[in-house]
Amino acid sequence: MAEEKKVYSRTKGIIEGAVSGFCPGCMHSTVHKIIGEAAEELGALDKLVRVEGVGCCGLGQFYVTCDETIAAHGRAGAVATGIKRSSPDSLVYTYQGDGDLAAIGLAETLSAANRGENFTVIFVNNGIYGMTGGQMAPTTLVGMKATTAPKGRDPQEHGYPMHMSEIINQLTAPYYIERVSCDTPQHVIKARNAIKKAFKYQMEGRGYSIVEIVTSCPTNWGLDTLKSLDFLREKMFEEYPLGVFRDKGAEEK
Amino acid sequence: MAERVFMKGTEAIAEAAVRAGCRFFAGYPITPQNEIPEYMARRLPEVGGTFVQGESEVASVNMLYGAASTGIRAMSSSSSCGISLYSEGVSYCASARIPMVYVNVQRGGPGIGAIQPAQQDYMQATKASGNGGFRMIVLAPDSVQECVDMVYEAYDLAERDQNPVLVLTDGVMGTMMEPVVLPPMKSDEELAECRAKFMPRAIVGHPLGQQAYCRPGSVGDGQEQANIEAAALYETWDKDIRVEEFMMDDAEIVFAAYGISARISRAVVRELRAQGVKAGMIRPITISPFPYDTFRNLDFDRIKGIIDVEMSIPAQMRWDIDFAVQGRCPIKEVLRSGGQLLTNDQVMKGAQEFIKEVL
Amino acid sequence: MARIEITTEACKSCSYCVISCPKKCLEIGSDVNSKGYLYAVSARPEDCIGCAMCAQICPESAIEVWR
Repeated sequence: MAEEKKVYSRTKGIIEGAVSGFCPGCMHSTVHKIIGEAAEELGALDKLVRVEGVGCCGLGQFYVTCDETIAAHGRAGAVATGIKRSSPDSLVYTYQGDGDLAAIGLAETLSAANRGENFTVIFVNNGIYGMTGGQMAPTTLVGMKATTAPKGRDPQEHGYPMHMSEIINQLTAPYYIERVSCDTPQHVIKARNAIKKAFKYQMEGRGYSIVEIVTSCPTNWGLDTLKSLDFLREKMFEEYPLGVFRDKGAEEK
Repeated sequence: MAERVFMKGTEAIAEAAVRAGCRFFAGYPITPQNEIPEYMARRLPEVGGTFVQGESEVASVNMLYGAASTGIRAMSSSSSCGISLYSEGVSYCASARIPMVYVNVQRGGPGIGAIQPAQQDYMQATKASGNGGFRMIVLAPDSVQECVDMVYEAYDLAERDQNPVLVLTDGVMGTMMEPVVLPPMKSDEELAECRAKFMPRAIVGHPLGQQAYCRPGSVGDGQEQANIEAAALYETWDKDIRVEEFMMDDAEIVFAAYGISARISRAVVRELRAQGVKAGMIRPITISPFPYDTFRNLDFDRIKGIIDVEMSIPAQMRWDIDFAVQGRCPIKEVLRSGGQLLTNDQVMKGAQEFIKEVL
Repeated sequence: MARIEITTEACKSCSYCVISCPKKCLEIGSDVNSKGYLYAVSARPEDCIGCAMCAQICPESAIEVWR
């Protein structure tokens, strides 16, 4: 009988023995895991710098093993600009939710993308403000209820969901834009590969990458973990289709 | 080598920062400080530094927060209403104890105010440059030379205390030209030494187990502990108080003024002396920490009154003077604001009225 | 033979591993961990093929796999 081999280990990118502070079924923890795995596979954990947004992503500060700073709400794109320009050898990523990246940080997000800053944006889009208790986000679906839109998002009053990957795809500078999810093992692997690709591009000095991860929020959607997966696939993927929007690296090959 | 040149205030500030080792600048256009970012855009690439024009003051100060957290010397500048937008980033740096240096070239306010010079950000600079009740050293130059010297020194103070430092100047000093002696260029070795001290905390990537955190906030009792440590730092600043006492030995009429108002008041003190009036001036050079004891320990048997000269309506530094003087002598205010400049004549007229009342 | 190890203290009972296992080896058990979550267990370990799908999907990195 062949010798037993370990084929899946917990990444060193998250603190040994730590349990995340995220809710059951929340994919923030999945994303933290695959960021660690991607950096570890590239041998770059000791270069990794996390610029953390505000919101549920703030729970990551007790979970990750890399250097980390906390940006003011929405300012991760600006803080990462300052860090990467001052320390070009660092592998810098921002970790932001939809409220952080698409509402309060819209100017910083688009301006960093437009400058083609050489860092990676990890954008977790679950269509709602999680940490503060389920308020409406720029990405909240039409008709979806939120504590600040108790009758559901009404386009007449609130406008329509914002598609950040598509908007950033209107800019010339960004190098790589992909939207992924983490609802199946296959999608998790795809998401990890996307993050790894974005990191690799950054290490090669190619410029701005954003990986948007469409996820669920069982707690604030008011659904159990498995029903939230159904909603994610039926409603969120319809509004936010998965796929590669731009990959200049693949085009150049 | 130090060199003597004829330079505009804003450009001298920028050159002084470069010579102190500033290698990152982020800023947003606003009058009357535009020559600082413009100078930096030309100058920084020559020394291997980086200039970024931020999309806003909010973005610029957060870029500064990011750059300074890597341990390099960085700077930003703005003016009054732009500085209001800096409060977020300054507060974060104060909380996370990041050594940041920034410059406010004051203009008229409040609101968009006026683009001409003023001294209307005293309270904001000294009492609440952001949320949370933090403090910082605020240097108030009264000449282009002092602008240069203070910017050059600000980095040492910021790094010593791991805390923000503000150089508070105004549109007069920013736009006027004066001869200045420029300080020597810091060598790469000197700068590497400064940065090495910060490296364990620098957000640049570390081997596992040596992780650096930059935490502008905390859970549990962590934030209170950080505040206690910061408060203990502020208690050590008595040694950093700087004040100019001009012709104060036998003074009966005391002008109190900082920055550009002090320049005007100094000239008026000389004129009054020529007329036989025993005038003098106290000029706070650090407005935070404020030289309370200088005012507190005045000989109030001799002193007939204090004339507070500020380009701010209502007066702002007056609050700190009142706090020290506690009603022990009359205080008169001579003020302009909203971008209107004080003149020697106006200060002299105010002084003469006051002298008639108190002498 | 392939096998998995579940760090039961990290499990939050989301069931993602249960629905992701192609061999249906996993179940939510009847015991709770110190946080009060009914944690996942390997109910039919003999069927495990070591594909690591459970470990890939697990948000909490609670599963490690040998093959």
